[in-house]
Amino acid sequence: MIDVQHITKRYGDRTAIERVTFSVNKGEVLAFLGPNGAGKTTTMRILTCFMPATEGTATVDGFDCSEQPQEVKARIGYLPETPPVYQELTVSEYLTFVGRLKGMKSAALRERMPLVIEQVSLGDVRHRLIANLSRGYRQRVGLAQALLHDPPVLILDEPTVGLDPKQIIEILELIKSLAGSHTVILSTHILPEATAVCQRVVIINEGRIVAVDTPEHLSARLRRSEKISLTVKTPPHNFADRLRGIPGIVSVFAPADGGVYLVECALGRDLRDELARFIVTNGWGLLELKTISMTLEDVFLRLTQHEDGMGERSGGETPQEARA
Amino acid sequence: MTPAQAIVAKELRSAYFSPIIYVVCAVFLVIFGVLSYIAVVNAGTQAIRLMQIQGLAAKINLNDLVFRPTFYSTAIILLLVLPILTMRSFAEEHKLKTFELLMTSPIGINHIVAGKFVAVFVIYLGMLALTGVVPVVLAMFNSFDWAPVFTGYLGLLLMGALFLAVGLLASAVTENQIIAAFLSFGILLSVWLMGALGSILGDTPVGNTIAYLSFIEHYDRLVRGLVDTKDLVYYASGILFMLFLTHRVVESDR
Repeated sequence: MIDVQHITKRYGDRTAIERVTFSVNKGEVLAFLGPNGAGKTTTMRILTCFMPATEGTATVDGFDCSEQPQEVKARIGYLPETPPVYQELTVSEYLTFVGRLKGMKSAALRERMPLVIEQVSLGDVRHRLIANLSRGYRQRVGLAQALLHDPPVLILDEPTVGLDPKQIIEILELIKSLAGSHTVILSTHILPEATAVCQRVVIINEGRIVAVDTPEHLSARLRRSEKISLTVKTPPHNFADRLRGIPGIVSVFAPADGGVYLVECALGRDLRDELARFIVTNGWGLLELKTISMTLEDVFLRLTQHEDGMGERSGGETPQEARA
Repeated sequence: MTPAQAIVAKELRSAYFSPIIYVVCAVFLVIFGVLSYIAVVNAGTQAIRLMQIQGLAAKINLNDLVFRPTFYSTAIILLLVLPILTMRSFAEEHKLKTFELLMTSPIGINHIVAGKFVAVFVIYLGMLALTGVVPVVLAMFNSFDWAPVFTGYLGLLLMGALFLAVGLLASAVTENQIIAAFLSFGILLSVWLMGALGSILGDTPVGNTIAYLSFIEHYDRLVRGLVDTKDLVYYASGILFMLFLTHRVVESDR
């Protein structure tokens, strides 16, 4: 449905994105992940024909973005970073205007408008001026605008910014329900969102694609070593040292208070069985043993490690792994 | 409703709820009223003077004494007022990021530019229509020749449209409304002064060309009641050229 080949965009001598290549299948939801300034918006702007690429080609549904922009534009619903709303219009006036702009007939507009208003739950504000709406409502008006003409392709630049947690869940559910019938590209820097709705993730950093894969594969691929967390009832005082004696174990992280031990094994070695036997035969009381796989957040951090401005990550959900 | 019509409708609706339009209209109409009042009073004093000298009731020519000076000074007010009318057209779209919506909608840039232009032109038409009160009231008290009044209005219409087209261009190059207004004011004043520059250079090819480019010479002929194709072509081509430049700026500016 969407095919991007070696796209480069330069502003003067600053390169915003360089040789970006990826494709999205029909009905797929793809997430664009990356720190701020990585080139997510630039890529989306090229796909929506808002600006031309310096090099490379992008096609949507077989139409080239630079050669048949009108065809491409007609097939895309686009929510820019800032919701493009006119403050002096009411929600329904604004949506009517957008519908006409997209070339919708009056009958189609009458049919779609209540539907879309329902989808993004704007029912109770439809006759209010956009100027008087909160950030979250404006964001939803922007989303309604993108959905209005029922385009086969949706490009959403940070669709959940400014929404409260309940609304975020609603919008993610909405995007999920659109998958299959619609092709969706969304950008975010909030990782759980990406894992929640998308089939594939493109991680972009400093204008280059660092990884394209499913969320599960990405974390598997980037697991450089196997990590196991251990909880033992009565560990001996030299427990950590004795663990290090087992062949295949790279390091052991021992907590000061005798809580959860983190054991790192060499790549490709599953030592769970040996560890369990080792502890049980010594009678130390094995309470818990489990492998830790990297979350998308770890993957993201690892891939974009040298990047500063990482303040956007969604908060410490995995303190153990971060410590290890 | 086509997309271009939708833009016109939306612009007019926004204007209707914007205080700028009312301020601009009010200022324009007040100044127009004062100027025409002064012209009428002047005409009256001249009539009395003529009567004293010649000792008979002089027939005063309202076309020469009232309408022509009023039309000339109206041109100056438009120079100041119309940039305010056009300054938000594109500048605000840039500022509010709604420009992205327009540019990613499946409509041509020519429709966007045309829609914006028609919208400000309709507002200007309304302003101009309200000034029609002055000739109507004067017609109740004295007779005058309507034809030069109509050609004068035609001149105002064409020159105003040109000012609006220049204003749109200025609005397209910046996202700051104040800069847009001041820029179009600057362009218009410079072009105006080219007329004076042309007359300094006299009847030379360069002088004539420069004088031709200024809109004031063409306006002058229309106010005096002369409708010349040359002048109509000047305004029409000027408006189209400005809209074409606006189109190019909008197209490249993203």
